[in-house]
Amino acid sequence: MEEKKVSLKIDRHEITVPEGTTVLEAARIIGINIPTLCHIDLKGTCIKNKPASCRICVVEIEGRRNLAPACATKCTEGMVVSTSTLRVMNARKIVAELILSDHPNDCLTCPKSSDCELQRLALRFNIREMPFNGGELSLRKREVTASIVRNMDKCIFCRRCESVCNDVQTVGALGAIRRGFNTTIAPAFDKMMVQSECTYCGQCVAVCPTGALTERDHTNRLLEDLSNPEKTVIVQTAPAVRAALGEEFGMPAGSLVTGKMVYALRELGFDYVFDTDFAADLTIMEEGTEILNRLSRYLDGDKSVRLPILTSCCPAWVNFFEHQFPDMLDIPSTARSPQQMFGSIAKTYWAEKMGIPRENLVVVSIMPCLAKKYECDRDEFKTGGNPDVDYSLSTRELARLIKRANIGFRLVPDSEFDNPLGASTGAGVIFGTSGGVMEAALRSVYEIYTGKKLEHVEFESVRGTEGVRRASIDLNGFELKVGIAHGLGNARRLLNEIREGKNEYHVIEIMACPGGCIGGGGQPMHHGNAEILQARTRALYAEDAAKPLRKSHENPFIQQLYEEYLGKPMSEKAHALLHTHYFNKSVN
Amino acid sequence: MPDIKLACDIAEQVEAICDKHGNDPGELINILHEAQHLQGYLPEEMQRIIARKLDIPVSKVYGVVTFYTFFTMTPKGKHPISVCMGTACYVRGSEKLLDEFKRQLGIDVGETTPDGKFSLDCLRCVGACGLAPVVMIGEKVYGRLQAADIKKILEELE
Repeated sequence: MEEKKVSLKIDRHEITVPEGTTVLEAARIIGINIPTLCHIDLKGTCIKNKPASCRICVVEIEGRRNLAPACATKCTEGMVVSTSTLRVMNARKIVAELILSDHPNDCLTCPKSSDCELQRLALRFNIREMPFNGGELSLRKREVTASIVRNMDKCIFCRRCESVCNDVQTVGALGAIRRGFNTTIAPAFDKMMVQSECTYCGQCVAVCPTGALTERDHTNRLLEDLSNPEKTVIVQTAPAVRAALGEEFGMPAGSLVTGKMVYALRELGFDYVFDTDFAADLTIMEEGTEILNRLSRYLDGDKSVRLPILTSCCPAWVNFFEHQFPDMLDIPSTARSPQQMFGSIAKTYWAEKMGIPRENLVVVSIMPCLAKKYECDRDEFKTGGNPDVDYSLSTRELARLIKRANIGFRLVPDSEFDNPLGASTGAGVIFGTSGGVMEAALRSVYEIYTGKKLEHVEFESVRGTEGVRRASIDLNGFELKVGIAHGLGNARRLLNEIREGKNEYHVIEIMACPGGCIGGGGQPMHHGNAEILQARTRALYAEDAAKPLRKSHENPFIQQLYEEYLGKPMSEKAHALLHTHYFNKSVN
Repeated sequence: MPDIKLACDIAEQVEAICDKHGNDPGELINILHEAQHLQGYLPEEMQRIIARKLDIPVSKVYGVVTFYTFFTMTPKGKHPISVCMGTACYVRGSEKLLDEFKRQLGIDVGETTPDGKFSLDCLRCVGACGLAPVVMIGEKVYGRLQAADIKKILEELE
């Protein structure tokens, strides 16, 4: 059936669009960028918020008495739209001024300054004074968690965080409560986030247009450690960081800046620059072996084996199932996340090798993620109170530090990671995108299970942007069924099916953030532009393709680690250092 | 964990109310209305049961409960006091009455005395403007009330 089209005029341009297109979308096609504030629609993911409540996007439509919100007005045949008449521009300016009347005037010290959508609008609308001094209310809370800082004075009630938390992630931690000036966004019963079901996925932070939701900042703490001569400070960088960090320095989305990032980290003063990708390879060894163990027991007829096995690399996902599916804690793999595996190995194997006492070694991670900050803090990842990973910085925090240290990021040369904990294969790199952990696991599981060499390492069938994907892999006649879900709402749907006994999978990969870690809550702000996420994914696959080794079990330093220290995957020592257990954190 | 555990039969009644409305999230307000009737208020535990039955986040339930002034999370006193702040009562001095109730009971609007005997609220017009200023205590209407009468009325109520 042919799509019905409508023709209309926007400013001086004639345009024909499919029926159902909004005025906002139609205008963007012809390069007319109508300003928005509450609206977000991250195409290709389920992240959207279209309450049409802020009225920043109003336009004039011929024949209509009132101005219409472009985001919620569908194009009709013969419509004549004006997007920048004086009336429209004045209306927008007044709307913004009214929002600002109840907004703290502290842009100079706000963590979101220069990346704030409200600030940008104030600049764009040429607001030079605050004509309205409205009432302000005091019931709004400030809260600092391990991952997220909530400063409700800066909330403009766009409800993006609420949409993401409830509709996309189905976590249900944040919602609007009370009314009028007393309204605030908070967990149920006015509790703090730490008492709620919050998973710290950080997607609320990723969509917040202002400084109401930001990350817990560790940059000052890091600067102090770096200048302490008694400390050896080492860093690990997650795969997704290298595909996004360049954006903070004006480079196009998808620029791979691995070498520059390593150089900048050395300039900052880290003693050793290592790679979480190494630990990702290690994760595959442990998780892959666990998959093979469970599978072979299952195929031998052992009815006690729980399948599917779920990946456990994503700390927000771990928080999610601990809160929401406490009856299924035995299904996920017991393998720790790469961040924690790295910390554990760095503070045992590597520290012993180097003769550095644990208390003098500071392990820092650079992550695309905010839940990683919380994960460092979990008690089970501490030895005598000393954490395996001392703290985690987001991609955004690293960018701020690089700027503060006067490093001309775009001009610096490339540098290489240090060995042994900086060596990785292509399998480790793709951990940063949805489907990547599964593909990395398949590359190793296939070769170990079949004993055959994998000629074509790319498993196209597990790649893509669909929220839930499925694929079948032929392992010597055994059909291995795998599933991939990204976004916690999709994960919930899969888990509900499993709970109801409708499972069809052997192995499932889950990442909490839409797109995987490349879309993490600690990444440079995407401001609703989905192409940025796609470009980051392409960058990771490109880095994988360029690697000489692309299967985790071929990483020579991983092999050396097992020979020298761990024995074999799932050994007693590996269990103690690289595996974990889960807790029932149900709030109900 | 919620501080107060609901009595088993109350929890069952809340579930029955949800079932009666087909566990439809669109019926949330009606369900809350009926659930509040059970004990006069909507404790946390009750909201959690409703959220679970309707398969919606408890933050949504709490959002609705806090949006509408009709819903309350504070248990009402044995004798709920409502002072009319409608136009007629207001111009005839109901604010003074309210202040006197606050002073005598030591509580604010929306609160309940620690012994659970009295709770204080405002309302808008009971349709007895000829008797302004009007106060309702339980089902009983007190008309042409003076601040000086309040002490005696409170003492008479068991």
